[in-house]
Amino acid sequence: MFDELLLTVLLTSIPLILAATGELVVERSGVLNLGVEGMMLMGAVAAFGAASLSGSPYIGILSGGVAGLFVAAIFSLFVLGLATNQVATGLALTIFGTGLSGLIGAPLVGQAIEGLPALHLPILSGLPFIGVFFQLDILAYGAIVIVGLTSFFLMRTRPGLILRSVGINHDSAHALGYNVLRVRFYAILFGGFMAGLAGAYLPLVLTPHWAEGMTAGRGWIALALVVFASWQPWRVTIGAVLFGGVTIMQLAGQARGWPIPAQFLSMLPYLATIIVLVTIASRGHIALGAPAHLGKSFFITR
Amino acid sequence: MKRMLTALGALLTTAVMSLSAAQADKLKVGFVYLTNPGDHGWTYAHEVGRQQLQDHFGDKVETTYVENVPEGPDAARVIRELVAQGNKVIFTTSFGYMEPTLKVAKEYPDVMFDHITGYKRAPNMATGNIRFYEGRYVQGVVAGLTTKSNTIGYLAAFPIPEVIQGINAFARGLRSVNKDASIKVVWVNSWYDPVKEADAAKVLIAEGADVLAQHTDSPAMLQTAEKAGVKGFGQSSDMHKFAPKAQLFSSVNNWGPYYISQVQKVMDGTWSTGDGPDHWAGNTWKGIGDDYLVLTEFKNMPAEVAAKAEAARSGIASGSLNIFEGPMKDNKGNMVLEAGKVLDDGGLWGMNYYVEGVKGNIPN
Repeated sequence: MFDELLLTVLLTSIPLILAATGELVVERSGVLNLGVEGMMLMGAVAAFGAASLSGSPYIGILSGGVAGLFVAAIFSLFVLGLATNQVATGLALTIFGTGLSGLIGAPLVGQAIEGLPALHLPILSGLPFIGVFFQLDILAYGAIVIVGLTSFFLMRTRPGLILRSVGINHDSAHALGYNVLRVRFYAILFGGFMAGLAGAYLPLVLTPHWAEGMTAGRGWIALALVVFASWQPWRVTIGAVLFGGVTIMQLAGQARGWPIPAQFLSMLPYLATIIVLVTIASRGHIALGAPAHLGKSFFITR
Repeated sequence: MKRMLTALGALLTTAVMSLSAAQADKLKVGFVYLTNPGDHGWTYAHEVGRQQLQDHFGDKVETTYVENVPEGPDAARVIRELVAQGNKVIFTTSFGYMEPTLKVAKEYPDVMFDHITGYKRAPNMATGNIRFYEGRYVQGVVAGLTTKSNTIGYLAAFPIPEVIQGINAFARGLRSVNKDASIKVVWVNSWYDPVKEADAAKVLIAEGADVLAQHTDSPAMLQTAEKAGVKGFGQSSDMHKFAPKAQLFSSVNNWGPYYISQVQKVMDGTWSTGDGPDHWAGNTWKGIGDDYLVLTEFKNMPAEVAAKAEAARSGIASGSLNIFEGPMKDNKGNMVLEAGKVLDDGGLWGMNYYVEGVKGNIPN
């Protein structure tokens, strides 16, 4: 019974991990993309449509990622090419993605597909307690690998260092001869791809059907998680699992008749985010870890 | 030149007048939908009803709908817009449109409003509802005969009277055939959040439930049940294609007869003769007996269970079976209805307790 609950927690947190990791890289490069929800929805509809047409959930995964990437490319066209306000453009992207996914998805409503199968790793999946960690699907395993690679890339490699420096001070990075816009472009594309994968996870694994607006705000939670994690990849994973844990706990608490109001439990993750924000903020901007040039447009002036 | 202009003007005026005359022949009927209709669930059932209305009256009515209208103040804007477009009858098809509908109804006394599942009425605002709980009693009977673990999982949206009625009716059906079974309720605080509904279903299965019921709108619960090899009931419309092995049956909301009868009354000029105070517009609340609620074929169950379900269904339809007939106790053991008494509609809407067979407490 506990195993099943733990598995549910893990599955629920996977889309959050994927989307938040992507957004983390984007923000580390100094761009704030509030369009995660819209990119996730585009990923979800593309993944479902492709899986439904081709019969292969693996093609669905890829299509989801690519759809997210395309929407992100539109975003980069505006914020990088035309230096538009990132907040406004991001919000527009969410609205755009929500509407377009609904339009594209209209003929897909009511179809059912075979979801992504769980891959039980031999021996490991039979272990007591931790066995559920090895009963996931390929995208879930992939999510963990991607977090590891992202962390390594950002903190241990030269291109990662350049990306971070672009986010901290784009003028200095430019003066040093780095192509700020190109770095940000790649970061945005990566963020879009990841958001697309996150969206794909919903109709491919969690509920194998397409429903308009099925992300139900998970894109926004992913955005909050990046802040919660103070822009550290592994903390994103912890935050996502915590969030998933509290979500499932409040459902399980109700089923078991715990005397705590369900509304209070639903509130907990948001409360935790606020507490973390206040705690970090009280220790100053540097400890917060926010890239200094986050959300600022870059103009080549010299 | 001037004469030509005048002639042209006269021609235009005539054209406009004849256009409006042509429009006046048709009764315009507007619908406000919570989501896009899709092909399953709450709004889909209303869309089917709208199509039946259109087919029934043909050229005599012109129906339009606005989808994805959020509940709350924004709905008032949409309803006003429908008035501005010339709709004379407006159906607002979700509980949360109650206040906005009432507000706009007061502004336009010559337009007839019909609010679905609310309880507030005005001289030009009627309410319509289906006795959904009747289907849930039958679900309870089937669940009680199907469960091995004696644990039923129940996904509920919001603790409003309609949902409580449903849970209690389910429990009455459940306990009528199985004294040891009980219901675990999980509130998901949403009518439509597929991922959360799936999560809640997984949690309930992990907690031992082997039959699931839902008062939420997506097929996520049934899909989860199908995957986990347990059984469940569909909501609002037939969902068996999402869960061919798991769906026992589905209670289908059949709004067509209601829409047709209301519009017929408007055409006959008998609409505003309700039974409320000050001759307020009336209240319609019908169920299985009037085909407002239709049960899909009983599947994935032995023939004797299907026979019991059919007996319950026809008992409710004929009125020989009263779901809330005393003696009835709440889940704390207090007697809420003495033997021989039957709960009236006021009592149904006033339910603020769980009956025997439901675990836990109603959230505040």
